[in-house]
Amino acid sequence: MDHLQLGVKIGHLYLKNPIMPASGAFGFEMETLIDFNNLGAIVPKSITKHPRGGNATPRVCEVNGGMINSIGIQSKGVDYYVKEILPHYERYDTPLISSISADSVEEFAEMAEIISRESIVSGIELNISCPNLKGNGKAFGMDAALSYNVVKKVKDVTDKPIIAKLTPNVTSIQEIALACEKGGADALNVANTFLAMAVDIYTREPKIGNVLGGISGPAIKPLIVRMIYQVRKVTNLPIIGCGGVMTWEDVVEMLLVGANAVQVGTASFINPTALPDILEGLKEYMTANGVKDINELVGKVNIKHNQVESI
Amino acid sequence: MKPYDLKIISNVRVSERYWHLKLDARPIADSIRPGQFFNIKCADLAFLRRPFSIYRINKEEKTIEFLYLVKGNGTVHLTEAAPGEYLNIFGPLGNGFELKKEWNTVLLLARGVGIATLAALAQEAAANQVTCIAVLSARTNNDLLSTEMLERLGVEVYKVTEEDGTSDVEAVEKLIENLLKANRIQAAFTCGSKRLSKLLQRMAKMVHLPAQIALEEHMGCAMGVCYACVCDIQENDDTHSVRVCREGPVFDLNKVVLK
Ligand SMILES: Cc1cc2nc3c(=O)[nH]c(=O)nc-3n(C[C@H](O)[C@H](O)[C@H](O)COP(=O)(O)OP(=O)(O)OC[C@H]3O[C@@H](n4cnc5c(N)ncnc54)[C@H](O)[C@@H]3O)c2cc1C
Ligand SMILES: Cc1cc2nc3c(=O)[nH]c(=O)nc-3n(C[C@H](O)[C@H](O)[C@H](O)COP(=O)(O)O)c2cc1C
Repeated sequence: MDHLQLGVKIGHLYLKNPIMPASGAFGFEMETLIDFNNLGAIVPKSITKHPRGGNATPRVCEVNGGMINSIGIQSKGVDYYVKEILPHYERYDTPLISSISADSVEEFAEMAEIISRESIVSGIELNISCPNLKGNGKAFGMDAALSYNVVKKVKDVTDKPIIAKLTPNVTSIQEIALACEKGGADALNVANTFLAMAVDIYTREPKIGNVLGGISGPAIKPLIVRMIYQVRKVTNLPIIGCGGVMTWEDVVEMLLVGANAVQVGTASFINPTALPDILEGLKEYMTANGVKDINELVGKVNIKHNQVESI
Repeated sequence: MKPYDLKIISNVRVSERYWHLKLDARPIADSIRPGQFFNIKCADLAFLRRPFSIYRINKEEKTIEFLYLVKGNGTVHLTEAAPGEYLNIFGPLGNGFELKKEWNTVLLLARGVGIATLAALAQEAAANQVTCIAVLSARTNNDLLSTEMLERLGVEVYKVTEEDGTSDVEAVEKLIENLLKANRIQAAFTCGSKRLSKLLQRMAKMVHLPAQIALEEHMGCAMGVCYACVCDIQENDDTHSVRVCREGPVFDLNKVVLK
């Protein structure tokens, strides 16, 4: 299977394969489980500028086909991240993408500037699903103008490739995708979790300490596939598909509707070796189906001429 | 820590609400400590894994045992797992109890299925000729688990239940006070109840007794990456957040902040 071409490009960033972890579902604690050199990229948990405690427990609950989480970006702050977290990854030759979260447009830019000084950082993912505390608390990614602003301000201060991680909690994902492209994004991540809620009918209490959380896992995959498809229609930017990938089949599906790479989150909680298992499955699929270059699959969904979707 | 497919040797009901599971542990190379746990994929229909403490470690016959309360979706399905089938378990995870060499007599305080977590410790204590005194609390006598097993290990067992009206905090406090007076107890361990943990914490602080607690919290990854299961630790004037799955589940009872 050595002749398989698995490498993909995310802007200027070359990944040796399209499989990488999703932020918040990966950490160096996993280094005894899986070989980080076989990942397309390393994506540590989102960090904030200042230390943050996170939300009340329970922070996760199970639902049919997935889970809801509301961790609240517990973070020891950017200084700790640079000093204590990043060095763990120095011995791997896999590019590292830093995910950053911020309370304001200015803070996104400040953090991007700080992170950009680190040579180990190959790219920056903007978690624009977090609320804008200087505005009305609405997530940056729910507003096209704000999304544009965040990306633009970050691009002004860094040369590293910028990935905008979109929130799916919007009326038009295409509108936000285009705003990020206009702001200068090098790639788009489609997407973060869907806002959700679950209640224990016996105690009548919400199952999540923070009441609301984000749903992830296989239940959301069809929604994400739809969104990748929609975003691919309006932009040529590289797309990282994220949401509900459990197996290599899910990866192929996302590539077919236009993703160039995928992230795997919740699957690692169920199968701690999901990342390498998915890559192996993908290679077998390519061999069995005569796919020599993974990029051949991108956007190759077979929509018949007489099939028209109305949205 | 690794995911393993282990063969089920037996999976039987041991009382009204509790089941006992025994697995062939030959594939596990890591040593397993009392207080550590495994995150178990109970069934296809239970999406997340469920954390369970190691109940017994049988080094010679290379088996491990779990004792579980049938609570909801995951454990209901777990009862359907049959001998001969395989169960995917991920671990061993977390840090276990510390049993210091200089301790000759220790106290165990367990509520309900909390004994599942403390039993492995009693087993280790027995193997090291450490005297164990156990206070077991449960709703009913039927819910009092493992008392015979503990007694076979030489543990001095005290049972308290709601059924007998002996399990309220005041009664347990009196009982522990008497046990502390009558024995040279050098450390205490607890699991299974916030109320009893708070009581033991208060008493341990008062008499400067080293004490450890095994905590439970809802978990996501159980390997330290998702920060779902956190609790606060207070040291001197500093309070900081730790992960139950990684820094725990066993903590110094005198430092943990019990909500
Ligand atoms: C470190 C650790 C060790 C444990 N050891 C044992 C043991 O040896 N024996 C035993 O019977 N139980 C033990 N528990 C509790 C056990 O994990 C829960 O009872 C079990 O997860 C319930 O699952 P369910 O689907 O039957 O119940 P449900 O209530 O339907 O579970 C719904 C969700 O909540 C979670 N959940 C519910 N109660 C708990 C809880 N107390 N702690 C953590 N998560 C919970 C479940 O994992 C699941 O994700 C332990 C918990 C932890 C954290
Ligand atoms: C426990 C948990 C924590 C998460 N933390 C973050 C985070 O810090 N930053 C972020 O951008 N996304 C975070 N996410 C979202 C994931 O990166 C991903 O977008 C989402 O879970 C969908 O993918 P999945 O279905 O493969 O998990 C988190 C998800 C989970 C389940």
